Order: sequence, then C-alpha cells, then structure tokens
Amino acid sequence: MNCIVCMTSVPDTASVIKVGGDGKGIDDSGIKWIVSPYDEYALEEALQLTEAKGGEVTVVTYGPDSAEAALRDCLARGAHQAVHVLGGQATLGDSFTIARVLAAVLKDREYDIVLCGIKGVGTDCSQVGQMLAELLDLPHVGVVTELEVGDSSLSAGRDVEGGKERVESPLPALVTCQKGLNEPRYAALKGIMAAKKKPVEKIEVASLGVDEGSGGFYKVENLELPPAKTAGTIIQGEDDAAVAAVELVKLLREEAKAI
Amino acid sequence: MAGILVFVEQRNSEVRKASLQALSEAKRQGGAGGTVSAVLPGSGISDAAAGLGAWGADKVHVADDANLALYSAEGYAEAVVKAVEQAQPSAVFFAGSAMGRDLAPRVAARLGVGAIPDAVGLTLNGESFSVRRPVYSGKAFATADTAGNTPQVISLRPNVFAAEEMAGAGEVVSLDGLSLSIRAVVKGLVEAAGGELDVAEADIIVSGGRGIKGPENFALIKSLADAVGGAVGASRAAVDAGWIEHSHQVGQTGKVVSPSLYIACGISGAIQHLAGMSSSKVIVAINKDPDAPIFKIADYGVVGDLFDVIPPMVEAIKAL
Repeated sequence: MNCIVCMTSVPDTASVIKVGGDGKGIDDSGIKWIVSPYDEYALEEALQLTEAKGGEVTVVTYGPDSAEAALRDCLARGAHQAVHVLGGQATLGDSFTIARVLAAVLKDREYDIVLCGIKGVGTDCSQVGQMLAELLDLPHVGVVTELEVGDSSLSAGRDVEGGKERVESPLPALVTCQKGLNEPRYAALKGIMAAKKKPVEKIEVASLGVDEGSGGFYKVENLELPPAKTAGTIIQGEDDAAVAAVELVKLLREEAKAI
Repeated sequence: MAGILVFVEQRNSEVRKASLQALSEAKRQGGAGGTVSAVLPGSGISDAAAGLGAWGADKVHVADDANLALYSAEGYAEAVVKAVEQAQPSAVFFAGSAMGRDLAPRVAARLGVGAIPDAVGLTLNGESFSVRRPVYSGKAFATADTAGNTPQVISLRPNVFAAEEMAGAGEVVSLDGLSLSIRAVVKGLVEAAGGELDVAEADIIVSGGRGIKGPENFALIKSLADAVGGAVGASRAAVDAGWIEHSHQVGQTGKVVSPSLYIACGISGAIQHLAGMSSSKVIVAINKDPDAPIFKIADYGVVGDLFDVIPPMVEAIKAL
C-alpha cells in the first residue's frame, strides 16, 4: 500500500496575522511554519495504512525553503521519503497552479492512495485535493472522518451538513482528511534523528514547466485586516445573574433585534 | 461568454437554502450582462426545477438521472460541465456548502480554470468579478480575481447573500447526452439524530466551551439554542475533551461561521476560536472572567456564571 501525502506548511495557528508591505500578502517575520493541521491527519492515516499493509509513505510539498522544517517533521513522524518542489511563494492560494504542480510530480509515480488535508490552514481554499484528483483522473472522497482501505477499494464516511455520507470507491483514489479521522502522532527523538538520514528529493518548480511569474489562476489584489470592533455593552452579572440575564435578553430583542 | 450559471443543490429533491441565496445573488448582479441559468442534478426533481424561476433563474438545466439521486463529485461535475458548454457563462456560482465546496474545484479543474472559494463580497469590474473572502479563518480578508481566466468559478458563503423570492418562471430544459462515469459512489446519507441543525447552516449559534465543565451541561446550551431557534456549537477545548462531536466545533480547525447571532458561553476566546466566528453579525459573550478575550469582540456580554445566567435567559426569551 504505497501512499502519497500532499502536505503544505502554514503559519502556526496561534500566529497574529499582519499585512505585509506589498498589501497583498502577510508579513511573515517571526512566523513559525508548521505542518498544516489537517495534513497531520492525512500523514497519520498513511502511516497507519503502511504499518498494517506494508508499502511506503511519500510526502510531497510545494513551497519555499521555509517548508523544509515541516517536511522533516513528517519524516520524523515516520514518512519514508519526501519530495520538495521549491517555489510557491508567488502562487500562494492559487489552488489550481498548486494542483498542477503536484499532478506533474505524481503522474509518473506509483501509488495506491493519495491523502491530503481538507485545507491548508490560512489560505483556507479546500480545493487542491479535488483539483489534483481531477488532473490525475482519480475518484476522490472529500472531508473524510472514517476510512477503511481494502486491497482494491476503500469505504469512507464524509461529513456533510447535519449528517454523514457513506462513500465507496475503487483504488487508486484521493481522499481529503478531516479532524476526527485519527489522532496524529508526534515525532519522537528517535524519529527526529532518523529523519536526518531520510531522502528528500528536491525539484525546481520551473523544471515542471510552471512559470511562477506569469499565468496563474488566482490573483490577490488586496489583503486587509477586518475592521476593529467598537466596544460592546458589558453587563455585570456577578451579583444578580437573573437581572443581568433579563437585561441581556431585552437588549438583544430591542436594540440588536437579533432574537 | 456572458451570464451566470448557478449550481443548485438538493437533498431528497428539496432545494437547499444556500443555493437559493446563490441564485438570487446571480440575479442581483444582473446576471453579469447575460441570463441567469441554473443546473440541477438529481433524480425525480422536476418540481424542484420548476420552482427555481421564482428565485432568479431564467433557465434551468435539469440532469434527472437515477445515478445522480445522491451526490457524486464525478457525476455532478459531468452535469455542470455540460451545462457550462450549453450556457457559455462568464461565471459559475456554487453555494459554499459541503457539496459546493467539494464540487466546484473538480468542475474548475475540468474546465482548466481556477476557482475562488468562500466569497463574502462580489464586485463586478467590467465583465469580471473581484471576490472578497476571509483568509486565515477571518483574521484577514483578501480581495482576489481569477487572473483573467473564465468562466470564473466562485463559491458563495452561506447566509451572507440573501435569498429573494421574485416573480418569474424559468424555462426548464433537460440536460441530455451525459456520459456518467462514477467511480466514488455515495451509498447513503445518514442524517444526525433529531434533524439537528448544523452550525454551518444556522442563522443563530449558541456555543459552549471549557466553562461548561462537562458533557452533561451541553443540555443547558441546547436549552438556550432551542429557545432562540439556533444550533449548538462548541469550542475546540470542549471537542478535544470529548464532550461533543467535532461537527459542532467552531474555529480555525473547525467550522468558520457567520450567523446573525453568536452566543459564546464559557468560551474564553482563543485566537483560533475568534477566527472562526468573529464575522458573526451580533456576538454575545457569557463568561465569569471579565478579562476573557471574547469580551473584546463581543457586542453584548454578561460577566457572570453561565450556570446562573442561562436559565433566567431561557425563561425571559420564552416570555417574549
């Protein structure tokens, strides 16, 4: 069972986001880059699959040099090898270009299943997995929280509003992984040491026929912070909670017209 | 190329509200200089198709096929792409629902164009839309376009654009000549017990966090949610403690929501939670700690013990 995990590195979710000097991207000074939280579920699932069935986990990322730390983290958790496509700063959030780059890397490799997180936390597009599946002519199942993989097919549960869809698909297939699928492991010291010796294949994005400076399918014109909120009405309810509760309901009804 | 094609989603032949919102927005945008057409895949959906004219559709392309009764990314993509070939629109709208967010990228890739998800604002520049969308879970907003690629595939965040019923009847045409190749097959849809309202679709959300102290106290949150007709949400702390399922989680690693009213109970307001709900229209916080960060973004707040505040609130609401 050979698994490919597509991983993206993102700013730590505790990061305070500031707009960068060009007004189109974030100021990345002081930002810690981590494995996108949803990609951790994808990696964990791939590790469990290969532990049960044999085969190897290959992690693929498309990103600048700063993505290397997240890639090493994946290797330390148990991935067998990694592919680093260097680039991606100019195409951040451009899901289709990212999918095309990943498709170019994957098209000649052998795999039974491709796993992605449901989204890269930050650009929040939730698109690369489905686009990659289309470009590779694979069936896909998105937002998966339950997965059983057989020799030639899979059965998955995916979250939809107010319920769950049960999906069956032949392999090879692509799944995007949602929280609830598994409990991702952390890297142990032994894994961190072992990761240093594992192979990382580096590919220049231009060698895949992608010119980052032109073309593209998603152009950011402007990035801004949300407007600051004005101070709200805060009621002290420590002494008489019932009075405060009635006052709040009255404000919500008469002033905010929200109930 | 002109006009807007809207993908319309149904469940059990009933059209989803978020799709009507997308349809009405297409109409408000003047059909971007052309007609507003809809594409509706499903099975036994002629009544649903006939009703779409009243929400803005000038023309409805119906793909009525037993194999499309339940969602299939591959099958539905085939239907949408076929409708694109016929309508030749300059933009294709999807509701940003679970289905729309899954399908739009697949359709876009098949058309060889990109896609912009989760629009909260649309501005027409000439013939092309600029899209305002939250990024970093609402810690920032980007305005983006498709760099000249058409049709522009855009998904619209639910509950941001209004659904508007209007006089009008759309012409219904059958979408023939589909060559369905479906590998990933949806075998069934299991709906949550009691027809529970999902936070992603709810207009009012009442959320509980660490301050509710245990799973049994979600009953208190539910009593307030029921009183205001809302859905039950939760912070990551409550979900990670195993008190409630992840489908209820609001925040950067849960659902990003923008209801008209969000009531946070016993939630201190970690940056990841604020990111998921700060675009709600009215935010209410109930928390014992007057220094909790949630109060900084709250429109209304009560500093007090939620166990003392919620029961009289429920009573006062019922008395309205």
